[in-house]
This record gives sequence, C-alpha cells and structure tokens, in this order.
Amino acid sequence: MRSANLTPTVQPAWLRLILGAVVALLGLVALGGPAFAQEDEGGSEGATESIGGTLQTKGEDGEKIFLEGVTFIVLDAGGSEVGTAESDAEGVWRVDLPSSGVYSVELVEATLPEGNALRNPEKNPLEGIEVQPNTNKNTLFPLGEREASDNNTNRVAQLTVDGLKLGLIIAICAIGLSLIYGTTGLTNFAHGEMVTIGAMVAYLFNVTWHLDWLGDWMTSLAFGAVMAVLVTGVLGFAFNEGVWKPLRKRGASLIAALVVSIGFSIFVRYILLYQFGGRAGFYRDFRIGQSIDFGIFTILKKDLFIMVFVTLILVCVGLALQKTRAGKAMRAVADNRDLAESSGIDVEKVIRLVWIIGSALAGLGGVMFGMTENINWEMGFRLLLLMFAGVTLGGLGTAYGALLGSIIAGLFIQLSTLILPGDMKNVGALVALILILLIRPQGLLGRSERIG
Amino acid sequence: MDYQAIIESLFRGLIGERFIVFALAAIGLNLHFGYTGLLNFGQAVFMAAGAYGLAMMVATVGPRLNENTGLNMSETTLFWVGVFTAVVVFPILFALVMGIPTLRLRADYLAIVTIAVAEIFRIVARSPRFDWLTGSSDGLTGFSGTFYDLSPFSTTGRYFFNLFTGNQFFLVLVGWTILAIGTTICWLLVRSPWGRVLKAIREDEDAARSLGKNAYSYKMQALILGGMFGAVGGMVRAVGFSVAQPDNFITDVTFFVWVALILGGAGKVFGPLVGAALLYAVLDSSDTVLRQLVENDYIPSSFMSGTQVGQVRFMIVGLGLVLLAAFRPQGIFGNKEEMALDDR
Repeated sequence: MRSANLTPTVQPAWLRLILGAVVALLGLVALGGPAFAQEDEGGSEGATESIGGTLQTKGEDGEKIFLEGVTFIVLDAGGSEVGTAESDAEGVWRVDLPSSGVYSVELVEATLPEGNALRNPEKNPLEGIEVQPNTNKNTLFPLGEREASDNNTNRVAQLTVDGLKLGLIIAICAIGLSLIYGTTGLTNFAHGEMVTIGAMVAYLFNVTWHLDWLGDWMTSLAFGAVMAVLVTGVLGFAFNEGVWKPLRKRGASLIAALVVSIGFSIFVRYILLYQFGGRAGFYRDFRIGQSIDFGIFTILKKDLFIMVFVTLILVCVGLALQKTRAGKAMRAVADNRDLAESSGIDVEKVIRLVWIIGSALAGLGGVMFGMTENINWEMGFRLLLLMFAGVTLGGLGTAYGALLGSIIAGLFIQLSTLILPGDMKNVGALVALILILLIRPQGLLGRSERIG
Repeated sequence: MDYQAIIESLFRGLIGERFIVFALAAIGLNLHFGYTGLLNFGQAVFMAAGAYGLAMMVATVGPRLNENTGLNMSETTLFWVGVFTAVVVFPILFALVMGIPTLRLRADYLAIVTIAVAEIFRIVARSPRFDWLTGSSDGLTGFSGTFYDLSPFSTTGRYFFNLFTGNQFFLVLVGWTILAIGTTICWLLVRSPWGRVLKAIREDEDAARSLGKNAYSYKMQALILGGMFGAVGGMVRAVGFSVAQPDNFITDVTFFVWVALILGGAGKVFGPLVGAALLYAVLDSSDTVLRQLVENDYIPSSFMSGTQVGQVRFMIVGLGLVLLAAFRPQGIFGNKEEMALDDR
C-alpha cells in the first residue's frame, strides 16, 4: 500500500504558496499578451482548417522540380466552390476552409506546364478528403508516368512511420505522467497543460515576440524549445512545491489530489484560451517543408528530425534511469516508496526531481507536437487522453512501460485509419485502452498484482 | 448598468433550466461518488446518452424504422419510445461499457475510462461519417415538438415574474417535478438496505465483500442508476434548448457537475440541488455582470472581450474545484465524517 501521509502536521502557509503559483502562472501568461491575434497579416495564418500541398515532379537526373502557376479548385461536400489557389514558385498551394468536413480538390489540368501529366488522371478531382478540425490537410497529386501500384504496402509502411512518430511524441510527454504517478500515486490530469505551455512558450519566442536584439538565433525554434524546457521545468518545480508538497504534508487523499489536478487542468486551459484565443498557430518555417522519399514511404524532413531527436532524448532518459544514482532512486521510489525511504533515499528530493524532469520533457514534447500539427489551447488536453492510453497500456507507474505503451498507442492510432475514417482515429486508441483493461489490467509491463 | 438583467440572471440561475439539468446530473453523480465512491468523470456521456437517445429516436432512427419495417409510429409514439431509450436503454449500455473493465480495479482506472468513453462518444457523434444518425457537429433538432404540444401555457405570454416564456415555464415546471421525484427516490434508496450496502462499499470495500456482498454488482447497479439520472438531465437540456449537439457534452461539462456536487456536499440528499443552484446563480449572474461591465466600457475591451467573458466561468469552475477539493472537500453543508474525498 502506498501511503500519502508523510507527516500529519498542517501547514498554514501553503495557501500563500498556491496563490503564488497561480499568480506566477498568470504573470507568465500575461506576458504573452494576445499572441495569436497579431498573426493576421499572413492571410492564411488565421484559419484553423485548410487544404494544400506541394506540386512537384522529378527531372531527368532525379532532381526535384516544383511547378508554378497550376490552379487548384476546392469544392465542399455539396459541390460548391470553397476557393481556388495557384501554386507558387516552390510548388506550394493552400486554400483556407470555412470549417472541417469532407472536401474535394480539382487540379485544373489545362494549367499544368507542358510535358507534365497526372500519374492517376482518374483521381482528379480528388474526392472525399476528410479535413479534421484544426488541421492543415496536405493532398498529393503525383505527376509523371503511371506506376505499378502496390498501394496497400505503401499505405501500411507510411502509417507505421507516422504512428511511430506520434508514439514517440506521446512517449516523451507521458514519461513524466508515469513517473509522477509512480512516485506520488497522483493521477495528474494537469499534465497535458504542461505540454501546451511548452508549445506556447516556444511559439512566443519563435513568432510573437520577435526578440532579436542578440541576433537572429533568438527567434529560432531551437532557442524557443530550450526556453520551453526551462519554463516548464521551473513550473513543474513550482507546481510541486506550491501545491502538491503542501497537499502531501496535510495528508490529503489521492482522490482529493486527483480532483485538484482536474481543477488545475481546466483553470489553466481556459487561461490559455483567454490569452491566446481559440485559433491555431504555427511555428515559423515549419509549416510544410520538404519531404524525403524512401520508396515505400515518404517522410517530411522535420518529422525525420523529430523522430531521431526524440529517440535520442528517450535513450538518454532510459540510460539515466538505469545508470545514474538519481535514476535508480526514482525507480526505487516508484517501486516501493516505504522501502526506498527506509533505505535512506530522500523521497521528497526524488519527487521534486521527477516533477522537474517530467514537466520539462512534457514541455519539449509539446514543442515537437506543435511542429507536427499546430499549437492551440487544448492540444495538451487532447494528447492527455492518448498519454493515459499509452501509460495504462504499458503499465501505470513504470517508466519503460510508458515508453512501450505510448509507441504502441501511436502506431495503433495511425494504423487504425486502415479501417476507421481519419477523424475517428483517436477512438481506436481509446477503445484499445478499454480492451487492455479487460484483458491485462496491470498493463503490458506492469506486475501482476491485485489492483482493486 | 442594467440591474434588472443581473437580478433576473441570478434567479434564472437559481431555479432555471440549467440548474435543473445540472441538479439532475449531480443527483446521479451523488449516487456514483457520494454514496458508492465511484470516480465517474464521464457524467457528460450519460447526459449525451439522454439527449441523443431521444433526439435520434425522433429525428433519425425512428423515421428510418418506420420506412424499413412499416411500423408507422406517429411522432408522439416515437417521442415516448425515445424517452425510454434515453432514460433506460442508453444509460445501461454506457454503464456496462464503462463498468465491466474497471469496477474491479482501483478507483482511478474508472476515472480514465469514463473520460475516454465520453470522448469516444463525442468524436463519433461529430464525425461526418455518421451524419445520417447524429447530424455530426451541427447536431439534431426538431424532436421536442411533442413535449411543447403538451404545454398548457400560451407561447406568447410571460410567466413567473416575467422570467420565462410559456414553453420555458412548462419545461421548468416539469423539470422541478422530475427533480422532486428524483430527490425522493434518491432519499428512499439511500435509506434502504441497498443504500446502506453502497455506503459500506464506499467506506471499506473489502469489509463489505467479506460480509458476502457482491461489491462489483452493487457498484454496477449504482453506476447504471446514477447514469439514468444523468440521462434525464441531458434529455431536459436537449428538450429545453431544442437541440442535441456533440459539443454540449464536452468533458468540461462533467467538471461542472462535479463542482455542483462537491459545493453542495457529496453524500447528502439535498447536496446536488443546493450545489447546482448556488453554482448557476454565481456563474450566470457573474456572467451578466461581466458582460454589462464590458459593454459599458467599465472593463477596457483590450483586457476582456465579449467572447472572453464566456471563458471566465470555466476558470471559476476550475479554481472552485481546486479550492473545494483542497480546503472543504465535504462541501458547504456536508459533514466531514460522512464525506471527505477519502481513499477508498
């Protein structure tokens, strides 16, 4: 049994600490100002849904040629025109949509430069494109000669890669969730907001503030990501010191703590909405990007970077948990808190470390998530459910279980689109969560014990 | 400043439609959490079950049934079949889906799964793929005619100190009647031997089990029954606003119900009523006050705009949840021994 009571003394000072944490958070957000509202001049920047793509073909030596001046017409489900766009010098075109839904896109073949033809003319207009809320859908019109289509293997490989990417992002966000649960027993529903705050801090540096008095590097996303990690790390520390430590000291029950975390989740989420508005934002220079063709799948360069980078971070975290004193202490506390405490481990110190590292990783994960999709006020909350699915899949409270479960959840989400329509892909992961609880409630890597 | 509007919104919050909806949902949650200790964070999906059970039967499923089977049910018949679906069939279905995997496990698993089920339902209902069934993100309308045809009040007059139109007043009267019946049922249930077993499970499940009580079965019964109250609440909401939309039942709605319950005192028969009335009196009147302040430029529009006023109530609810759970888990009128958000 895990006991939440450390010392039964009441700390009257902790109200001040709670208020301090709230004021600090408000202050941070207030600095942000009406961030997204300033991004109007870009035209397409403000819309939350759009369809677009990059029209390109290969030259004789296999180099990329982007086609300019080709017209695209977007029609809604009823067949009426939503908008048109011409591809620019980099082959990029985009049409803003009034809402999510099903659309079709027609490439006006007469505007194609001479010597180019569609590979699949029967797929023009391209119909039944499902655009989910707050997404920028990319469509592909392959040019050139018709290939023997082994479409199905292509699609499975492509979805596997996409799923791996999503799974890695869920994993980096979920490690903190799992470690916090393991060391304190708290099911932290406010963890998703750390993800959002991380993404938004990077956005402030990358887009809103234009701070370049020390050079251009200050507006780069790399610097934004570093700041995001710092801010979320500090917030995690403050959150633990200001809220959770006093609650633990008072001997508050885990259920009360769970309800408190839900309260913080909704409070912070709506402060973010209040400050940033309901629209989506994008990091500069990371909207579309070039892709690399691996034959059976293609991957955007930024996505490849994300996958390699997150894998590196996760390997580092794994090594740290396995080899360092602090990492061993964390696993010990997660495993058996009382035993760890009685063998001389400073449990409060370990918990503090877990909060800092877990929150910082969530912030970093938020930046990665923001690079692949977009940045909005409830991105973290939407990811939270997937994190729970991953963490429960792998076994609540185990660090490696969180990794494995998250990656499986990511794969499951993407591969489920083979059967489910795209806008219901998250349903796949949530259903998997329920099924796993039926069959193996302790999770894949959890120890088999009575949990009820 | 329009003081009359502020006072009106205060009273509408105290006794109006929203109060009725959330009081009913909170009675259900009280059975779940207050008496049995179940951490249900998906009460919104039971409310959605009530709204969609009725709306789908009248607007989409019913007409199709008529076409394909030649049953030829009138709209009135469909309405009452819809009420039965909404209050009995759907809640049982959802409670089984949530309960079977989790009721044998530790309490927080139920919390995660209930949120997940609520989200699954909302995503599926929003999907254009099921437009023919749920009306996707626009939702369903045109199912409340039968109810308002029963209204004895004139549609043009104003009733009860000019607070309600005829139809609204009819809904409020019916709502209050349902609330009175529901509270009585709840009061009788928790005093019965059945209710005492629920409390025993809440206090110590192992002890209850060792006395030969089938805790799993009792918890499932409580989940279903509380879900039915939630479904009635959702149905009142759908009829009252004449629309069933997926985004009326987002996860945050569940948190409103939780605040109402904890505010009034979980584990008290009148807790949900008091909590919901207080919550909506505070939310609705503060909403009106803020709107007036913004409109009359007492608050500069650079600081708060009209749409931002609507977000303030969510912040109040979030902060309220934090402060209540941390400082007064037994609520305003609750009793510390009876209910203190304990581990169980």
